[in-house]
Amino acid sequence: MARARAIPYHDQIVAVFIAASIGWALFGMLAGVWAAAELVFPALNFDLPWLTFGRLRTVHTNAVIFGFGGSALIGTAFYSVQRTCHQSLFAPGLAWVVFVGWQIGMCLSMLLLFAGINAGKEYAEMEWPLDIAVAVLWLSFALCFFGTIGRRRIAPIYISNWFYGALIIVVAMLHVVNNLALPVSWRESLPLYAGSVDAVVQWWYGHNAVGFFLTGGFLGMLYYFLPKQLGRPIWSYRLSVIAFWAFVYTYIWAGPHHLHFNAIPDWLQTLAMVMSLLLWLPSWATMVNGVMTISGAWHKLREDPALKFIVIALPFYGLATFEGPMLAIKSVNVVSHFTDWTVGHVHSGALGWNAFVTFGTLYFLAPKLAGRPLFSARAANIHFALGVTGVLLYIMAMWGAGIMQGLLWLNLDEAGEVRYSFVEIMEAVAPYYVARLIGGALFFAGTALMAWNLYMTMRGARIVQWYAPAHAEASAAARKTKPRTRARKPAAA
Amino acid sequence: MIGLHKLVERRAGLLIFGILLVSSIGGLVQILPVLFAPPPQSSAERYPPLALAGRALYIRESCALCHSQQIRPLLAEVRRYGAASRPGEFIYDRPFLWGSKRTGPDLQRIGGKYSDAWHRLHLTRPRAVVPSSIMPAYPWLAERRVDGIALQARMRGMRRLGAEYTDQEIAEAANAVAGKSELDAMVAYLQFLGRGGAPRQ
Ligand code: HEC
Ligand code: HEM
Ligand code: HEM
Repeated sequence: MARARAIPYHDQIVAVFIAASIGWALFGMLAGVWAAAELVFPALNFDLPWLTFGRLRTVHTNAVIFGFGGSALIGTAFYSVQRTCHQSLFAPGLAWVVFVGWQIGMCLSMLLLFAGINAGKEYAEMEWPLDIAVAVLWLSFALCFFGTIGRRRIAPIYISNWFYGALIIVVAMLHVVNNLALPVSWRESLPLYAGSVDAVVQWWYGHNAVGFFLTGGFLGMLYYFLPKQLGRPIWSYRLSVIAFWAFVYTYIWAGPHHLHFNAIPDWLQTLAMVMSLLLWLPSWATMVNGVMTISGAWHKLREDPALKFIVIALPFYGLATFEGPMLAIKSVNVVSHFTDWTVGHVHSGALGWNAFVTFGTLYFLAPKLAGRPLFSARAANIHFALGVTGVLLYIMAMWGAGIMQGLLWLNLDEAGEVRYSFVEIMEAVAPYYVARLIGGALFFAGTALMAWNLYMTMRGARIVQWYAPAHAEASAAARKTKPRTRARKPAAA
Repeated sequence: MIGLHKLVERRAGLLIFGILLVSSIGGLVQILPVLFAPPPQSSAERYPPLALAGRALYIRESCALCHSQQIRPLLAEVRRYGAASRPGEFIYDRPFLWGSKRTGPDLQRIGGKYSDAWHRLHLTRPRAVVPSSIMPAYPWLAERRVDGIALQARMRGMRRLGAEYTDQEIAEAANAVAGKSELDAMVAYLQFLGRGGAPRQ
C-alpha cells in the first residue's frame, strides 16, 4: 500500500517545543513586567536578593531570548525543515535529547541566575558548565537539521532553511568564541580577553546574537510560515538570495556600534557605523519581499488571526531595522547610548517583530497539529489589539524617556557646567516608566490570553500524523492522510 | 551570482561552508587586530584582594545593568563624571563591566567621591540618602561574609592570565578578608574604582 511507504513527519517534537516556548513566554514576560514595575516601585523586590532588578532583568532576557525564542526557533525549524525537504526528521531520538536538554538547561540557568551565578556579559550570562552543555545541544540540533537536509527529496534547499542554517552555524561560532574562559571554580570563570578586547568580542557576539538569533532565525520562520499561511509563493526569489548573502556578510561587521565613543579604536567604530548603515538595505529588501508577497491578498488578513500577527511583524521589523542603523550613526548614538532609547529599540524588535511573528506561527501551528480549528478567533483578535497597543505604548514611552535623558545629560549651562543633576533627570523619566509598565502589562495580558486559547485548542487533541507527499515533484504542501495517533515511526532507513 | 547560488543551494555542504566563510570575514578583520595589538599604555593597578572580592559581588548583583563604567570623551560627560575612559585602565577587567545602560550614574570614577559610611548607608538603604532613588537596596551585603577560598581561586586565575599576584599575596588574601562582610568588599571595590585614570576634576 502506498501509505505503508509514506514518509511520516515527526510533529510530536514540534508540539512539545511550542508548548515550552509558550511557557517561557509567560514566565519571561512576567519577569519583564515585574522588572519594569521595580523601576517604578523599587520596594517590589521585597529586599529579596533573587528578586532584585539586576538578577530579574538577567532572568528576563535569558528566558525570553533563549527560552521563548530558542524553543520556538528549534521547534519551527524541525517543523519546516521536514516540509521543505519532504523528508522525516533525521535522528528523531536526538531531537528529543535536544528538547529535554534545552529545557533542563534553561531551568538550571534560571535557578543559577536567580542565585546570582552569572558570567557578567550581557546575553552570555550562563557560566561555563552550562555553556558547554549548550554547545553540545546546539551541535545536536545542527545534526538533526542538516541531517534532514542531507536526505531531502527536493533538489533545491528552500530559503527558510538558509536562514535557519545561518542561525545554527553563526550562533555556534559566536557562542564558542565569546565564552572562552578560564574556569576558577564550577561557578566562576575569567574570560580569556580583558578590558577593551573583551568588550569588542562581547559586542561582536552580542550584536550578532541579535542578528542571527533574533533576526536571522525569525526570518527563517517568516520565509516558511508567511507564504504557507498565505498560500502563495514568496514574491521575489532573486531578492531573497541577494538579501540573504548581504545579510550574512554585513551583520558581522556592525558589533562595535555598541561601543561608540568607548575606549576602543576609532576605526572600529567608524567601520561598524558604515556597515550598520549598509545593513539597512538587506533588512528592508527582506521586508519589501514580505510585503509584496502579501500584496493582493490583503483581504485574507481580516479573517485569519495567524496571518495578522505575521503580517504586523513586518512593519515592526522595518521599524527596528530602520531605527538600528540610525542609532549606529555616531552623532545620534551620542544621545541614545546608555539611555532608554536603546531599550525602546530592543523592544520594538523583540515585541513587534520576534514575539508577533512567533505568535502568528503558533496560531498557525496549534490548529494544524491538533487537527481542529483555533478555539477562539475572537480571543486571538483581542490578543492582537492588546499586543499592538502594548508594544506601541512601550516603545513610545521609551522614546520619550530616552531622548529626554540623552539630551538632558548632555545639557550644559552658560558656565559650561552640567545643568541638571543625575537625580533630577531620573525623576523626570518616572512617568514614562509608568507608561512602559502599562504597555508591558497589556502585552503580557495578550500573551496570557493566547496561552489559554492555544491550550484550549490543543487540549485532549492527538497530534495529527502528516506524511510527506508521495512524489518529490509534488508541491511543498503536505498531503493530509488518515490522522493517526502518536505514531512516531522511526525514520525511513 | 544567481548562477553561483544555484549551485550552493543544491549542495548542503557548500551552503554550510559558504555561510561560515561569509560570516567570519567581518569578525576576523575586526577582532584579530585588536587581539594582537600591543597592550595599551597603562598605569592601572591590580585589584587588591578585598576590592577583587567586591568586584565579583558587583557581577553577582548585576550592578552593571544599571551603571556604566565608561566615560565618553564628551564635554558634558567629563564634567559630570571625570576624565574620559582610556583602554589602559581596563587591563585587569575580566570581564569588562562597561555596561550599556545608565539607569543610575556612571561609576568609573566613583572612588573617593563619597565616604565609606555614605556608601554603606546608600547600598543598604538608598532611599535614606536619595529619597527618589529607584536603586534596589542590598541589605544582605552587610550580613554575609566574603568567601576567602573563592577569592584565592580567582586570584590564581587572574595570575594565570597575567595579573602578577605573588604567592604570598594569594596566601594572605584569605586572612586579609576573613571576617569582612560583603558590604566591606563592595565599598572597597567602589572606592578603588577610577585608579589609574585622572582623578575627578
Ligand atoms: C535599578 C537600577 C540600579 C541597580 C541594579 C543598581 N543601582 Fe546604583 N544607582 C541607581 C540609581 C537610579 C542611582 C542614583 C540615585 C541614587 O544615588 O540612589 C544609583 C546610585 C548609585 C551610586 C551613587 C553614584 C553617585 O555618583 O552618586 C552608587 C555608588 C551605586 N549606585 C552603586 C551601585 C551598586 C554597587 C550596585 C550593585 C550592588 C547598584 N548600584 C545597583 C540605580 C541602580
Ligand atoms: C511583556 C513584555 C516585556 C516587558 C514588560 C519587558 C520589560 C523589560 C525591562 C523592564 C527591561 C529592562 C530595561 C532596562 O534595563 O532599563 C527589559 C530589557 C530587555 N528585554 Fe524585555 N520586556 C518584555 C518582553 C521582551 C521580549 C519578548 C524580549 C525578547 C525577545 C525582550 C528582550 C529584552 C532585552 C534584550 C532586554 C535588554 C535591553 C538592553 O540591555 O538594552 N523583552 N525588558
Ligand atoms: C539593521 C539592523 C539593526 C541595526 C543596525 C541595529 C543597531 C543597534 C544599535 C546602534 C544599538 C545601540 C547600541 C548602544 O548604543 O548601546 C542597538 C541595540 C540593540 N538592538 Fe539593534 N539594530 C538592528 C536591528 C535589531 C533588531 C531586529 C533587533 C531585534 C530584537 C535588535 C536588538 C537590539 C538589542 C537587544 C540591543 C541592545 C543591546 C544592549 O545594549 O544590551 N536590533 N542596535
